[in-house]
Amino acid sequence: MNDSAVPAGLLDHYRKGAFFCEMQDGVRQDPRIATILERLARMEPDELRRRADIAETELYNLGITFTVYSEKDAIDRVMPFDLIPRVIAPAEWEMLERGVKQRVAALNAFIWDIYHEQRILADGIVPRALVLGNVNYRPEMIGLNVPHRTYVHVCGIDLVRDETGGFLVLEDNARTPSGVSYVIENRHMMLRMFPDLIDGIAVRPVGNYGMQLHKALAEIAPAEISDPQVVLLSPGIYNSAYFEHIFLAREMGVPLVEGRDLVVERGCVWMRTTAGLAPVHAIYRRLNDDFLDPDVFRPESTLGVAGLIDVWRNGRVALANAVGTGVADDKAIYAYMPRIIRYYLAEEPILSNVQTHICGEAEGLAYTLDHLHELVVKPVGESGGYGLIIGPHASAAERADFRVKLLADPENYISQPMVKLSVSPTLCNGRLSPRHVDLRPFAITGKSTWVLPGGLTRVALREGSLVVNSSQGGGSKDTWVLE
Amino acid sequence: MSSAMPHRGSTLLLSRYAECLFWFARYMERVENLARILDVTDTFVRHGADQSGWLSIVQINADEERFTKLHGRANAETVLHFYLTDKENPNSITSTLFAARENARTLRPLISTEMWSQMNMFFNRARQLTPDDARPSRVSQICAFLKEGCQAHTGITEGTFFRDQGWAFYSIGKYLERGDQTSRLVDVKYHTLLPSLRDVGGAQDVNQWHALLRAASGYHAFRRVYPSGMTPGLVAGFLLLNHSFPRSIVTSVYQIEMYLNQLGSGYGLRGAYVGLERLPEIRAALMDQTIEQILSRGLHEFLDWVQVQFVGLADAIAEAFWRPPVAQMQMQTQTQTQ
Repeated sequence: MNDSAVPAGLLDHYRKGAFFCEMQDGVRQDPRIATILERLARMEPDELRRRADIAETELYNLGITFTVYSEKDAIDRVMPFDLIPRVIAPAEWEMLERGVKQRVAALNAFIWDIYHEQRILADGIVPRALVLGNVNYRPEMIGLNVPHRTYVHVCGIDLVRDETGGFLVLEDNARTPSGVSYVIENRHMMLRMFPDLIDGIAVRPVGNYGMQLHKALAEIAPAEISDPQVVLLSPGIYNSAYFEHIFLAREMGVPLVEGRDLVVERGCVWMRTTAGLAPVHAIYRRLNDDFLDPDVFRPESTLGVAGLIDVWRNGRVALANAVGTGVADDKAIYAYMPRIIRYYLAEEPILSNVQTHICGEAEGLAYTLDHLHELVVKPVGESGGYGLIIGPHASAAERADFRVKLLADPENYISQPMVKLSVSPTLCNGRLSPRHVDLRPFAITGKSTWVLPGGLTRVALREGSLVVNSSQGGGSKDTWVLE
Repeated sequence: MSSAMPHRGSTLLLSRYAECLFWFARYMERVENLARILDVTDTFVRHGADQSGWLSIVQINADEERFTKLHGRANAETVLHFYLTDKENPNSITSTLFAARENARTLRPLISTEMWSQMNMFFNRARQLTPDDARPSRVSQICAFLKEGCQAHTGITEGTFFRDQGWAFYSIGKYLERGDQTSRLVDVKYHTLLPSLRDVGGAQDVNQWHALLRAASGYHAFRRVYPSGMTPGLVAGFLLLNHSFPRSIVTSVYQIEMYLNQLGSGYGLRGAYVGLERLPEIRAALMDQTIEQILSRGLHEFLDWVQVQFVGLADAIAEAFWRPPVAQMQMQTQTQTQ
């Protein structure tokens, strides 16, 4: 507690502990971060709290929300937004951007290979069974060619920073990664709420994501179409990411369609308009593979479009992301990513993986069982932070229970040492406290790859918590990449 | 490229969006009309001995069966609760606003952020109304809030909604609903409140006609047009046939025609002609008769006929623009209540 009568700066009680602090340690990368910290420290707690309240109300009123439906009601919830930005120095970002591009290139090369020559399997770099036996491996994709050999048009790569300040890849999201709408909305909110914090500091803009996405979709549309009609395919208003679908459709200036708006006729995809059927040339789909086409995948799906995959196969419509990318962002394949990068690109990985033990392999399982108390064990198929155990935080009984699950189905798990995730100052109860964060940069790839400066910073708002997922009490921050 | 598509981009409109815009406008118009009627009834009927004014609201909305089952007798408390906050009643203001907002949610890629934001805030405030708000001292305030919310919506829409064909579908929905509501208002007041001969011109009678005009926000305009008199015929004629009154049936029909023409000739939508074909008959019925002729032939029958025409027109528009082929019917998750 503060003994002096002088009002304490907001950061006087801030203790980052044994972790890397994105802001305090970030000062070494760029002195402007110190300026931002000084401005923050001088703020009145009440004033900060007031702005945070306004920000939350605005998010709610603007409908930057996800909706929880019950039988009779629809409750909108705001993803918590923390007013304190996370700042990245230019040199660091330059490295991250190169690392993300490298990773996306390797993912695309890998997916092309496993659906064509399967060289990487023949060369024994990745176990054949791990790929061909993967639930997300789509035999329908074998031999199918996609424009520019791009499969992962939108990629979100989850990064964390350990206590040494080094970035590590936690996982790749190569299917339909979400969260980019928050990146841009968070920035708008910051400009409204915190003009005095950003004043005079050049931060790289994030507003042109929609144009970049539209450009990539136009690049993969059938080549003979000069001005392609792009649409965004959404499962509809009941999807928890519906706000993001709206956002992206608006940013691209294209219709947000549902499966029932589309129809396949005469070998093409059409949308039902008031003027009759109108052709569709490129689809950014926010629907899982399974639901895309009842003729090919789940026959009971009413969210997709019958015949869509056939049209795609014939090159008459483009689909982003491609079908069958899920095999590449699987947590089991993840363990091989450094080798995959070296194999296809003949380069050293710019971004390292977290050391990963594959429980499906005898050695990995033995190690995991012996070190359960110090490892994070994750099921390979899940996302959203479900079904995992954080060994050091679990009770002996919880670990014993988990051991049974693990032994019953070892192929389903990987384990990793617990990364001491970096922290960043976060507004909690009117003061700035260290909270753990991650970073999800977004990469768009048509002919080439473009990376949105920064990305989504998620923050675990509960003290000590390492789980940043919004479904488990996580919030988000604006991410500033300095010019 | 298909040659049937002269313009693309902003001029293309998904059928589903056309439907949602049409209904979004209808629901908002409905809420405003309901708030007007509740307000006026509360002011002019609550304190009189005659409670039939409350029942007439139930009749306007053809809700007798559901209402009687839930509440029995129609009086201020039961009718206000039924129409303000009753979630069991799909025609209550709370339910209608919910439907409007769900349409707006679907339309978010299309409507302005201001439209959504206002709708969202308006709905979130309205959903907090409780049966307690139906108390005498509060009704007027609540109705003022509801009307203002709807009018803010109308204003924001006018000022920010892009004027492509979506605007035409929105406007057609709005005027169809408005014309329909005015016809119902006149019908019930005229039909059920028609005083016995000895009451004509009495204080109670004049009061009712005042109320009717005020419910349509037409009292002062009426006074301006007819400074010296107020007969049932003049009032009915004003509400049905006055070209300058924004809520008259004839104004609604003209607006619908204008927007259908825009869809037909401006956007080349063949579907518009299906609707336009029906308009000359409605227009003739309104233009070629005086109110005296309508009254002598039977006002109720006439209004009934007008309502049937409106339903037919709405049906024809749905058929032409968005009614899904039979095979698609079961996929439709959203159904709109007439």
